[in-house]
Formats: sequence, C-alpha cells, structure tokens
Amino acid sequence: MSEYNVVSSPSGDDGTDWMSMISFLDFEKPIAELEARIAELRATADGSALDIDSEIGKLEKKSAGMLAATYAKLTPWQKTQVARHPQRPHMVDYLRLIFTDFVPLAGDRTYGEDAAIIGGLATLDGRKVMLIGHEKGHDTPSRIKHNFGSAKPEGYRKAIRLMQMASKFGLPVVTLVDTAGAFPGIEAEERGQAEAIARSTEACLALEVPMVAAILGEGGSGGAVAIAAANKVLMLEHSIYSVISPEGASSILWRTSDKAADAATAMKVTAQDLLALKVIDAIVPEPTGGAHRDPAVTARALADALCRELSVLAAYTPAEIVRQREDRFLAIGSR
Amino acid sequence: MSWLDKVRNSLSSLAKSDTPDTLWMKCPSCGEMLFAKDFEANLSVCTKCEHHGRIGAKTRFDQLLDAGYTVLAAPKVPENPLNFRDTKKYPDRLKAARAANPYPDALTNALGTIEGAKAVLGVQDFKFMGGSMGMAVGEAFVAGVNTAIAENCAYVICTAAGGARMQEGILSLMQMPKTTVATRRLAAAGLPYIVVLTDPTTGGVTASYAMLGDVQIAEPGALIGFAGQRVIQDTIREKLPDGFQRAEYLHAHGMVDMVVHRKDLKGTLAMLLGYLARKEVA
Repeated sequence: MSEYNVVSSPSGDDGTDWMSMISFLDFEKPIAELEARIAELRATADGSALDIDSEIGKLEKKSAGMLAATYAKLTPWQKTQVARHPQRPHMVDYLRLIFTDFVPLAGDRTYGEDAAIIGGLATLDGRKVMLIGHEKGHDTPSRIKHNFGSAKPEGYRKAIRLMQMASKFGLPVVTLVDTAGAFPGIEAEERGQAEAIARSTEACLALEVPMVAAILGEGGSGGAVAIAAANKVLMLEHSIYSVISPEGASSILWRTSDKAADAATAMKVTAQDLLALKVIDAIVPEPTGGAHRDPAVTARALADALCRELSVLAAYTPAEIVRQREDRFLAIGSR
Repeated sequence: MSWLDKVRNSLSSLAKSDTPDTLWMKCPSCGEMLFAKDFEANLSVCTKCEHHGRIGAKTRFDQLLDAGYTVLAAPKVPENPLNFRDTKKYPDRLKAARAANPYPDALTNALGTIEGAKAVLGVQDFKFMGGSMGMAVGEAFVAGVNTAIAENCAYVICTAAGGARMQEGILSLMQMPKTTVATRRLAAAGLPYIVVLTDPTTGGVTASYAMLGDVQIAEPGALIGFAGQRVIQDTIREKLPDGFQRAEYLHAHGMVDMVVHRKDLKGTLAMLLGYLARKEVA
C-alpha cells in the first residue's frame, strides 16, 4: 500500500533544505531580515574565517530568540495567518508522517468522489482506525484537485459512509480538520450542502466507536464541525476554529473588510481561547515558529495526543461512548 | 423605531405584539399597498401576489395551534460569554431586540394541539437578531424536544434564521451538534420531527436541525440554503439561476417533501401528525 502513502507533500523528501525555503509572514519580517543576513554571511564565510562563524552563531541565537518571543505571544489574527501558512503541513503530510498501511476509500455512492475530504483505513502507532480529513493541496494543481479543502455534499456523504463503516467494524474514527469552510457554490447547494453537513454531524454523534478530531489549521464553520462532533477535540497550538472567518465577520458585523484582526480577537478563535471555553479538550504543541518549521516533530506530537485520547476512550462501552459525546455537546451553553 | 415605539416598548404593562401596528403596508414583493388588517387576516400573505410575509412566534402559534396553548418558558443561558462587541456591545443588541420583541430570544416553544393532535411547536423569529442561533436558541431547541419526549408527542419547528449568532463565536457553532443530539433523542423515542422552513433559513441553522426532519415542509418562495447568495456569487463569479435557493427550487432538487401555502399549513401538519403520532401505549 506504500504507493498511497506517497501523496503530494511539501516536506524535505527530495533532499531540499526545507528551512531555507520557508516563506515568512508579514509579522515575521524582522526575523526574515536577520535570516537573510545570516545566509549572506554564510555565503561569504566558506568555513575559513572563525570570527564570521562566531558572528553567525550570535545572529542565529538572536534569530531563534526573536522567533520564540514572537510565537509566544501571537495575536489571534497572527495565528490565523500561521494556520493558513502556505507551507503548513496538511492532512497528506500527517498521513505520510504518522500513519501506515493507508487504504484510501473513495466516493459517496450517490454522486461522486470529492478529494477535498480524504478518507480510508489507516494504522496509527499499531492502532487500526478510520481516518477522515480535509486536504487543501499545496500547489496550484493539487489545490484545484482538492478544491482548496472546501468540500461539497459528496465529500460529507463519503465521510458519513466511512463513519458508518467504522462503527460497523468497531474501528475508532480519527478526523483531521482543515478547511476554510464547506464550498459555497451553485452545484453544492443544488445537491444539498446543508443537509449533507447536518447528516454528517449526526453520523458523528451516532458513532458507537470512539471518535477523536484534531483541528490542524483552519476549523471553518459548519464545514469543519460536520466531521468534528467527536468525543475528544484537539487543536494544534496555532490553529483556529471559528463560526465564520474573521474576514467574514468583519464584513458582516463591522460592514468593512479591514476589521478582520478585531473580529479574530472578539470571536475567540484560538486553541488557547477554546480550551478556556471548554470547547476543546487539549492543545497539541507546535515547534517554535509553527508546524511548518518542523512537520515531523509536529506530526509526532499529534500522533501522541491522538493515541492518548484513543487509549482513554477504548475503555468505554458503545453506550458510554455515545453518551459521553452527547453530554459533551449538550453541556455547551447550558447552565 | 419611532419615538412612540420606544415609549410603548418601555412600558412593560403593554403587551408587545409582533405584527405591524400601522394601518397600511406595502407588500415587499409586489409593492401593492395593503390594508394591514386584511394582510393579517390573510395570515400575512399578500392578497395580490401570494407573497408569504415573515411572521413572529406569537402570530405563528395563533395560526397553527388550537386555542389554549401554553408558551413554554425560555431556558436560562449564560449571556455574552465572550464579552463580545463589534460596533455595538452584544448586550446592547440583545436589549434592543428584547425591547422590540415579545419573547426573550429568537426561538420560542409552545405546547398545544394542532387540530387536536398534541405537539410542541417551536418558532424562530427572524425579527430577533435575524433569528440567529446562539446558546439561547440551542438550549430552547433542546428544551422543546425534551418537552415533546416528556409529553410523548411530536416536535414541530418553523425555522427562520440568517445562521449562527456570530456574537457568540464558536459557542454558536457548537449549537449545531447540540441540537442534533436532541433530534437523535426524539428519533430514539419514536416521535415525529417536522420542519417547516420559512423565509429565510440559511447557514448553520439549515446545516443542522432545519434539514433533519422526518418530513420537510417549506413555505412558498422561502429562501433556504447553506451559503449566502453574495458569498456564492463572489466565489464562482457567475449569475445565479432564477429561483435559486427558493422553496420551489429545493423541492425540485429533492431537498423538501412539499411546498405548502400558509392557509393549508395547519391542516397539513395535522394530517401528518395523524399518520406519524406515537400510538398510545395501553
């Protein structure tokens, strides 16, 4: 099955030095400038002059310090940008890095196959699971193929089919959530986007097997919750989860397009906010500077967190699993 | 709101009505000038073009339930959990909505009978912050379903909402799975869940309880969809087809069982309840 594991990935498989190709975000500009100076010095040094080496060492330390300081106090809007970083690891990267023996399963048996949601049988640290998640793609062809991670009804109906199969065969369900939102288009509406999302949420709640969801980057509204109504919900440290995009909230509530940063703060979209609100259960740590600076380390932390939750849930009976999930959501907003 | 409305609404002794108190009104669809009393007597449907006007919970209860129904108390929920403000503070928006509406939030339930068949009827009021679903709506939905289960009867809901209440952020989104837990419990009790989609029903409300009915009814011309039309147009940059996301369009695409004129709604619900009601346990 190894051919299925080799899915498009932006990581350093091809021997490229990943760190040297990092795209910097606007707020990382001072760090980017420092990194450029380090690269320049390195190019001139060619290992001969010791004083240049020590200068490089000093600058590298300074750069690492700035990165750590910046990432220790990211604003919600900065986190939104990190969550959407073009090099942020996606579903397919985690699939390659922590899952083995993946058997992809396709199609909703009604209309089509939607690559915005990938699903199939997979093994995580020796555990057989049903894996379902959004994939955004990492370059133009793959982004088009995966529709930028915005699923249509057939994507959600495939998810329903796979969840029901998992329940039938006693396989726990792991979902990896990363979508700006369900696709807003004519054909999606025609085929019942709302109904598909509602039924997918219902399918999550009906599962008699454990379900753990992890928000990887963006947890965008109904398109996210449709595969995230789980027993345990995790978020990566710099991911966001929100009822509407900060830009959308800005245009509707402030009636202007430039209040996205305020909207991100007001809506409380960060993993840290959501943990405090008890909407999520745990935060998966990211390396300093974000998941894209070390996908392998991030993936390992994610695998450990998923396994921790699956181990706890494995002790529940089917009735207890359903009940725990129901109580979890009934508690949100009741006194 | 005129100064007179403000004064009137500040007097709690005066019952608040959710129908217009002007003498004449203009049909929002065909522009015909209608005598407000005639419009109301015609169930808030335009006598000229059959446009179905938006109506609030009180009017809807009166239209669909037999006399003698009981309005259920609104459950208490935490208010302003995010301490939210956009151009206004959320509590100020809530206060203004409460001053202008008879009930404390956008979803109100009543227990009664529909041509003799017992049911809990929930009505979402678009006039209350766009009918938006926050914790109060989610909790009221769960309470309505729980009452139906306790009373061994159907839950019928007339939906109307722009979607989730953004001022409650993620907590409003979480009402989608929460209300779905309730519909599952109603189903487990073998009780009917009937959805009447009214104008407009969009966003997270459509993508949760509004699409999960055993029977899906829509009012003529109602806008029903997941994504907003402007969002779709901005995404695909194509002209939207005629009648897109209207009740009749959803019917043609297999998303609702029937489009029912308001004058036939009560009779249709009664007939459905007659077929689907739980048989009395001997």
